[in-house]
Amino acid sequence: MKLTFARLGNLHIAGKAIFEALEVDVVLPPPPTKRTMSLGSLHSPEFACLPLKVNIGNYLEAMEKGANTIVMVGGIGPCRVGLYGEVQRQILEGLGHDIKMVVVEPPQGRLSGVLRQLRELTGAQTITQYIKAANIGWRKLTAIDALEKLALKVRPFEESRGDVSSALNTALMLLDDADNPKDVACALEKGKTIIEVCHKKDDSDRPQIGIVGEVFMVLEPFVNCEIEKCLGEMGVVVHRSIYLSDWIMEHVVKDAFRVLRKSKTPYELAKPYLCHFVGGHGVETIASTVDYARQGLDGVIQIAPFTCMPEIIAQDLLPTVSRDLGIPVMTLVLDEHSSGTGVLTRLEAFVDLVQMSRSSRR
Amino acid sequence: MTGSGYLGVDVGSVSTNVVLTDDSGALQEKIYLRTQGDPISAVKEGMRRLAPVAKDIEILGVGTSGSGRKLAGVVLGADCIKNEITAHAVAANYELPGVKTVIEIGGQDSKIIILRQGVVIDFAMNTVCAAGTGSFLEQQAARLGIAIDRFGELALGSRTPVRIAGRCAVFAESDMIHKQQMGHRIEDIIFGLCEALVRNYLNNVGKGKVIEPPVVFQGGVAANAGMKAAFEKELGTQVVVPEHYDMMGALGAALVAAEERSRKDRQSRFRGFHAFNRDYATKTFECKGCPNLCEVVNITMDNETIARWGSRCGKWDSLLKGGDSLDPR
Repeated sequence: MKLTFARLGNLHIAGKAIFEALEVDVVLPPPPTKRTMSLGSLHSPEFACLPLKVNIGNYLEAMEKGANTIVMVGGIGPCRVGLYGEVQRQILEGLGHDIKMVVVEPPQGRLSGVLRQLRELTGAQTITQYIKAANIGWRKLTAIDALEKLALKVRPFEESRGDVSSALNTALMLLDDADNPKDVACALEKGKTIIEVCHKKDDSDRPQIGIVGEVFMVLEPFVNCEIEKCLGEMGVVVHRSIYLSDWIMEHVVKDAFRVLRKSKTPYELAKPYLCHFVGGHGVETIASTVDYARQGLDGVIQIAPFTCMPEIIAQDLLPTVSRDLGIPVMTLVLDEHSSGTGVLTRLEAFVDLVQMSRSSRR
Repeated sequence: MTGSGYLGVDVGSVSTNVVLTDDSGALQEKIYLRTQGDPISAVKEGMRRLAPVAKDIEILGVGTSGSGRKLAGVVLGADCIKNEITAHAVAANYELPGVKTVIEIGGQDSKIIILRQGVVIDFAMNTVCAAGTGSFLEQQAARLGIAIDRFGELALGSRTPVRIAGRCAVFAESDMIHKQQMGHRIEDIIFGLCEALVRNYLNNVGKGKVIEPPVVFQGGVAANAGMKAAFEKELGTQVVVPEHYDMMGALGAALVAAEERSRKDRQSRFRGFHAFNRDYATKTFECKGCPNLCEVVNITMDNETIARWGSRCGKWDSLLKGGDSLDPR
């Protein structure tokens, strides 16, 4: 068996570590390119969202490298990701591929189902091995998040353009090579240093912009026109509302052990505007915007894939949030037809807007 | 003309506009050119025409804007390269201080900008639909056999405008043909079209925005009196079309350059009006370094590379020293 899974930012580093610790052969899809997007769009329904299209592209490219089994995370409506396991299986089978698809559904209080699905992939393994795999995976995941968070902080102060991005790449490579908890800790420390040295002597006040929206669009630089890098290089300190480790904690760990209870915070923050679960990150998009406004950030950008229902609901509510709390909000709706130039024009204008309102407040 | 001033150049999809202002930002000269898919030639032509009037003027700063702002910036040696949203807002607020809403409809895009106390607080640009922009109106005028500059005047002659489906340019067109076949007057169809386009604009671009007066209407389409009347009817308020409505992007670019100059006092990078004598060329090649197959653009002046862009990874851009002079910061 050769296992693959779709790309999502730098998640593959942790994913690979987990499955390799369980002695599973992993074939990673190559980093997404225009080819991935074209392949995916060609074989996906036109009105499916961009995440599905890019995932299909990932699978097809991984299969070219020999993958024959796919693992993905399921979902429970209204977001369409819950349907996509079956859609993907039918698309790939329709193309004549003999592929096994394992969809790990949200535990909803029962871990046994998840374990049974995992055993399908890994064969019989001792519980110690599972714990070992989860341990290294979790450590890598939190390390990825720590490095990315640091890069966002340092990038607006880098000496010359691109320094932080290449430092982050090096740091992630070190992390990918580490294969035990001790090495992971070492790689993390070393990585942090590599990024921190890019910080030039300048602590001037920079505009602060928060990024909210759908998880795939927020985390995958290829589809969001590298928004974090673009903004950072314009001198903006970017705050990202979604990190993989938080997401897994909330949607997998706490969902499996109901005693921990999912945190009520997003609902409390979003309450005056949205008090229903609308699927995906709809509630979180509103909640994070409220949170960023209260923290005193200068602006918020929502990123959504075209036709994403939860984000459409949030998008319609955001102008009210923006007016009530006095924080500028811009929505970027993206799909395979989006042009980088159009996105850049809007980002530049939004940064101008934020700069102007900052200087007029002084 | 003598003294000193600023140069603003707006390279759009349809037109390239050049303005020369005095040192206070007041517009002195303006030139309207068709871009015709060749921005470099348009910019060179603009300089060639401006040179005789402006040869004794010291250019303190140059600003470029529009979709071709980066290319024009390289060709001219611009001091600042500004996105068209900010440029339009700055110019509108200069022409009508205290403006709260800017409606801008150009050749292929339309935008709305909301300002309070001279500060932009919100904006939007058309994303998925170009119905109602200049290109569409021009195409419809041609189809009806009407000169585009008579379009607005005819619309004002309408007595009972017909309702045209305005959600989509293609449907609007077939609906117009249908109304013609039914025997409606051309004036009523044209004003009906203006109303449909205004509804389309307010529903798509203006969605969720609080439109308060004073309202400024600018961009090439503002020449169309029918569109202005339709906006006034729909919004129930007076709409101001500034004197240089078709030059606002270029004027904004010049004003931004002036502001930049007042902040950091430095020599302009302007290459001089003789730019039109230079030989500029662009060459595109596909980078085979990875499956992205980026189309890298290389710009040369008299056979010397002056700028390069287009690679996702930035590999080709960084080969060029001093590339940061193009920094939009």
